[in-house]
Amino acid sequence: MTEDSILTDEMRSVVGKEGEPQTIEVDRSAIRWFARAVGHTDLIFYDENYAKSKGHRGLVAPPGFLGHAIHTPQNPTNIVGNSIKRPPAIPGLGLMRLLNGGTEFEYYGEDICGGDVLKSVTKIADLRERTGALGKMLILTTEANLYNKEGKLVATERGTGIMY
Amino acid sequence: MADQVYFEDVNVGDEIPKLVKNCTTQQLVMWAAGSGDMYQIHYDKDFAAGNGLPGVIVHGALKNAFLGQLLHDWLGDKGQIKKYSCQYRGMDVPGQEMICRGVITEKSQEGGKNVVQLDIWTEKEGGEKTSPGKATVYLPSRG
Repeated sequence: MTEDSILTDEMRSVVGKEGEPQTIEVDRSAIRWFARAVGHTDLIFYDENYAKSKGHRGLVAPPGFLGHAIHTPQNPTNIVGNSIKRPPAIPGLGLMRLLNGGTEFEYYGEDICGGDVLKSVTKIADLRERTGALGKMLILTTEANLYNKEGKLVATERGTGIMY
Repeated sequence: MADQVYFEDVNVGDEIPKLVKNCTTQQLVMWAAGSGDMYQIHYDKDFAAGNGLPGVIVHGALKNAFLGQLLHDWLGDKGQIKKYSCQYRGMDVPGQEMICRGVITEKSQEGGKNVVQLDIWTEKEGGEKTSPGKATVYLPSRG
């Protein structure tokens, strides 16, 4: 660690910690908007009867769509990035610019469908410092696990954020 | 969507059908609404310039979702995505062609599943890979 490190021990102490659980709604209209924005052509993302005819419980959430957190003015959702993630706060972190470094989705064989209500729990998996083209950067890796009503893990979203 | 692809029909080194995208700024706004990511660098030119960017840029997560579509369209009704990822290494901008591609790197059978691994990526004209990643999928068997 160099003298002018921007990563403190206090910041490092949150690695491995989980944020508050959030309720995630997988809304049918949101599924269609997501599918439209991507340009999906498979009707399982648009037409519930068609999706059922293909053996699904309902309208299917497209790859990369896990729903949205419930926003209230008292409990606002993140509008820069992904609302399903709520990692614990990083103490002493100043205001920095943010870039998305990468995303991974993992599924466990369960359909995620319109009308589902999921619980998401986000952990800080890693926090490290790197010096790159943009100067000193913090590389934050988060892992959001999504559980269905029965408490079964249905998806994991891992993300890398670059703060500079 | 194409005909169903089966495990027996694919080989290491095969390329899956390409998916070509060319984002409009309107598509980026639709994505902002669909995903919930309202970061201004994706629709406000002045804000983007103030952040040292050449202009508005395509959301990383949208490129990830394009790769999800690439896999979904290839997998058909009976295939399944287990895992897919990409890193955002280069910027893509509206009005620029973005080609989503995938090549099979491994085939195996584990726990009754027909597992196929792929390298997936988005590239610009000229070949620069702006979002390289990996995928693990399950394919049905003809058997």
